[in-house]
Amino acid sequence: MTTAPETPRRQKREAAGSSAARPASRKNGNGGKRTNRAKSEARLGWLIAGPAFFIMLAVTAYPIAQAIYDSLFSFRLTAPDERSFVFLQNYMTILSDTEVFWRALLVTLLVTVVTVAVELVLGFGLALVMHKALKRIRGALRTAILVPYGIITVVSAFAWYYMFDINSGFVNGWFGWVPGIDSDLDWFANFGTAITIIMASEIWKTTPFIALLLLAGLAQVPDELVEASKVDGARWRQQMTRVILPNMKAAIMVAVLFRALDAFRIFDNVFIMTNGAAGTEVLSLLAYRTSIGRLEIGLGSAVSVILFICVLLICVIAIKGFKVDLASGTDSKGGK
Amino acid sequence: MGGSQGTPRRGRPARAAGAALAAAILLSGCSDGEDVPVLTWYINPDDGGQANLAQLCTEESEGAYEIQTSLLPADAPSQREQLARRLAANDDSLDIMSLDPPFIPELAEPGFLAPVPEDVGERTTEDTLEGALAGAMWDDELVAVPFWANTQLLWYRESVVEEAGLDMDEPVTWDQVIETALEQDKLLGVQGTRAESMTVWLNALVESQDQSILENPEAPAAELETNLDTEPGVRASEIISEIGSEGLAGPGVASMDENQSMLLFQRDEGSFMVNWPFVWAATKAAADEGAVDEELVDDIGWAQYPRVDEDTPSAPPLGGINLAVGADSENQELAFEAIECIVQPENQTEYFITNGNPPSSEAAYDDPTLEDEYPMADAIREALENAAPRPQTPFYNEISIAIQQEYTPIAGVSAERTPTQTDSFIVEVLRGERLL
Repeated sequence: MTTAPETPRRQKREAAGSSAARPASRKNGNGGKRTNRAKSEARLGWLIAGPAFFIMLAVTAYPIAQAIYDSLFSFRLTAPDERSFVFLQNYMTILSDTEVFWRALLVTLLVTVVTVAVELVLGFGLALVMHKALKRIRGALRTAILVPYGIITVVSAFAWYYMFDINSGFVNGWFGWVPGIDSDLDWFANFGTAITIIMASEIWKTTPFIALLLLAGLAQVPDELVEASKVDGARWRQQMTRVILPNMKAAIMVAVLFRALDAFRIFDNVFIMTNGAAGTEVLSLLAYRTSIGRLEIGLGSAVSVILFICVLLICVIAIKGFKVDLASGTDSKGGK
Repeated sequence: MGGSQGTPRRGRPARAAGAALAAAILLSGCSDGEDVPVLTWYINPDDGGQANLAQLCTEESEGAYEIQTSLLPADAPSQREQLARRLAANDDSLDIMSLDPPFIPELAEPGFLAPVPEDVGERTTEDTLEGALAGAMWDDELVAVPFWANTQLLWYRESVVEEAGLDMDEPVTWDQVIETALEQDKLLGVQGTRAESMTVWLNALVESQDQSILENPEAPAAELETNLDTEPGVRASEIISEIGSEGLAGPGVASMDENQSMLLFQRDEGSFMVNWPFVWAATKAAADEGAVDEELVDDIGWAQYPRVDEDTPSAPPLGGINLAVGADSENQELAFEAIECIVQPENQTEYFITNGNPPSSEAAYDDPTLEDEYPMADAIREALENAAPRPQTPFYNEISIAIQQEYTPIAGVSAERTPTQTDSFIVEVLRGERLL
């Protein structure tokens, strides 16, 4: 009886491993009883998870498959009779367009890298403040820091737009004493200033999210480890780099991954503030304008598929780069 | 979805009539159980005028049909997007649609619009102004019924033209406008934002030199040719470029739409402005509320859209709304009956007075009460007679977006480079060789 509780766990491990392990487990001669039990568990698992699995398939896999299929056609919604199969022609058109596609991709990457980097630093600072804050004010502090994240992106985009708009904004008036700002500065007329405002609004809105994730990571660093390092004479910087940060690896990875994916799909801010003018067009706006604005379903689907592939690549790079096993929810070294 | 906003002017009687109608429908419903067909009219946002007309015509139909309004998004391209998606999906709720003229060919070409019956066409366009009628045609056929028309005027400050010694009874050229603004250190109200208004402006500049942006508007995408790289195209670009590089439209020109131009014009630096007639009612309302000086209203004058060349008449932009019926509507006959009711000249006059949108019917301008509310009604009618539509092609949207991308910001427009680049850009986009 002592082995009984271990059995399902072992079988689960085997099931998750290579398929070659399965025949071996069947051959282990432990009798059909456990195999039947495993089978019925698997059946139950499917019964419970199956509906959700099929719904997920219907709402995610089907549209993706449809987009891939549509991307192989030259198809304009208002010219249904002229639909024709062009195979990869749409992708060729997109990938050979340096002025629109590659520029949009570069702008998207710029926004992703800059916002994620700045947010990580700011977010970590905020997380440290929240972590060290007195218990009495911790709750209020968290709530206060979370306010920007609670605001709907479109609303915050409008707020930032109206703040900096040359006609209705107050920034030029209030900050006229700052070198480089005067009443004639149209922030949204030039790439440099426009993209800065777009990124600033993004950073303002989503830093609290990263801060919360990092705070969760900070809370998971065992106090004993920090205490031990103090006893060993580690300074603050050494504590950070040798104890705290390595133990927060999973949290940092999740924060970077989530935010990078979010930033790569940036849409609302650009749509509201410039609508792609002054060279600020990003990939999702390009996909929107092509599919919805131009009603070019084929070409727009191809842009969307490329956007999807980029997102997958970011996932792979982040997961491989951080060497974190997300399935077990831990850093393999951290052992939590 | 309902767009039943009432105007203050007609609110009370309309509400009372609505209540009476509702009661009547309810009673008739109880007595004989007869179903009144409901027509859905997709309307662009206004001050409640279309909802009032829907009610009025419902009453006039005496139970033959009931019109319900459904509100479309605020800007014309978004309206086009929604209608095109619905039409492509064979949505049978599109009984009546308020359509912007430049998007009509795109929807008419694939057969999304029900053909206008000959007799309805004849009756509704008897006295339609020429410009407005051109906007309702595609492939030499009437595909929509003109409901109201719109055009731009040259608005000016009396004080500025007086100092410049300009005789505004005579036609004015863009050069004169630019020169006056430069001399007096004033600003011009033009639309330099990356939006459809940019196409409207460029098209008016090219058309007023007796040329169209498109060489062959009815050709398929791969064969369409633009001719901006011609003398008229270059001259038009010169005007835009000069205003941009001299900073004549103010520092905020890159985000300046029709409303922003109006606000600039209302400031002390205002001199001239090209804009739709709504600016008159809006400025008067602002003066009543005390937001702008009362004297400003007296200082505003209006004239025909500026010319490019002294010897060639101007071709003001053409806007407005036409009414069309969806090809999949199950109530086509009733829908055209309702349209005939909606576009009656007296309804157009009333719509002009209450909502500020000028009639497309010549007879609608004969109402003497118009003079009090819109003293520039005659100028509008004259402008509409000379108005030129934007490129009439199913690919207008592509052409317009390409122009917007190349011609904004206007300070970056170069008369040598921009027309050539725009020509090749449009051709490559239409052939599917480039993204937009």
